[in-house]
Amino acid sequence: MSERPTTWALFVTFFQIAVSGFGGTLPFARRTLVDRRAWLTPEDFTETLSLCQTLPGPNIVNMSIVVGARARGWRGSVAAFVGLVGTPVVVVITLGLLYDRFGGLDVVRHALVGLGAAASGLVVATAARMAEPMLRGRALVAAPFILAAFAAVALLRLPLPWVLVALGPLSVAVVWFWRRRA
Amino acid sequence: MKTSDTLVALALQFTALSLVAFGGANAVIPEIHRQAVDTHHWMTDQDFAALFAIAQAAPGPNFLVTTLVGWKAAGLPGALVATAAMCGPSCVLTFWVAKAWDNYRETAWRSAIGAGLAPVTVGFVCSSAYVLVRAADTGWKLVVVSAASAAVAYFTRINPLWCLLAAGALGVAGLLR
Repeated sequence: MSERPTTWALFVTFFQIAVSGFGGTLPFARRTLVDRRAWLTPEDFTETLSLCQTLPGPNIVNMSIVVGARARGWRGSVAAFVGLVGTPVVVVITLGLLYDRFGGLDVVRHALVGLGAAASGLVVATAARMAEPMLRGRALVAAPFILAAFAAVALLRLPLPWVLVALGPLSVAVVWFWRRRA
Repeated sequence: MKTSDTLVALALQFTALSLVAFGGANAVIPEIHRQAVDTHHWMTDQDFAALFAIAQAAPGPNFLVTTLVGWKAAGLPGALVATAAMCGPSCVLTFWVAKAWDNYRETAWRSAIGAGLAPVTVGFVCSSAYVLVRAADTGWKLVVVSAASAAVAYFTRINPLWCLLAAGALGVAGLLR
């Protein structure tokens, strides 16, 4: 990190990332933290992102915690987190109120039906983008676990934490032995 | 169900989900949907699709669908409890792990954990897509909209917000009935 950002700078920066990040905040996070503020080098960013992806929780939220902690300890984490999440929470609650009040109107209903269809399509694209490099690179070890997780959660409607506890360690073990053998 | 019971249910559900949400909120959508619609009957399938769409269209991280689910279940206290439960545990974990992280960054076991959990996470995100498409697409025109937005997001670098706006406009114009 080239300089040690203040808690205020952390708050403001993650606020900016949150409000500019329509439909996905990560590209904005990268642009802001690496290009504009130069708090992280591109390598730092990739490394930090991989940490955030290994841990549970939304990646961008984890990133606010890590960047904040490295700069200013727990106070930095709190500042970055509140900057990132505070305003969007107020915005969605306001939208929720409006939905309750006006959700019955035809024009709102019709708009939301369209929005919902498009939003679900975006998740299809996200799933495809995540699966594609994996199926290209190591289909043999990855595909059975993708399919098993999908069948258990989407088709059988089993509780997701159980499925993770059952499949996760098995998948990690397979990767571990696969790599040692190779 | 009493409000206090609902708040406890929300807190327990999202605390558990916080710690298994590898890959973020999109991976746990099926579980949120299962509990909110099937188990607790806090909302209908259509409500869930609408709330998810609102969270996607709003600025900020997309885990905010949890805020809206909490809000729908138990008003403002529900929204705050759900949000805190979804973020709190994973944030605390991240904070402590980040401190120790530098010691382990190149170890084989850490990279095996990451690589091993990834396919399971992808399976969960595929499940999210399946659950959301089934909730949202109640007619063939909506299937076309979903497919078009998936194609735009997959093959181009156009900001996905345009897909949402265009689909909302088609809906308002009455073309999706």
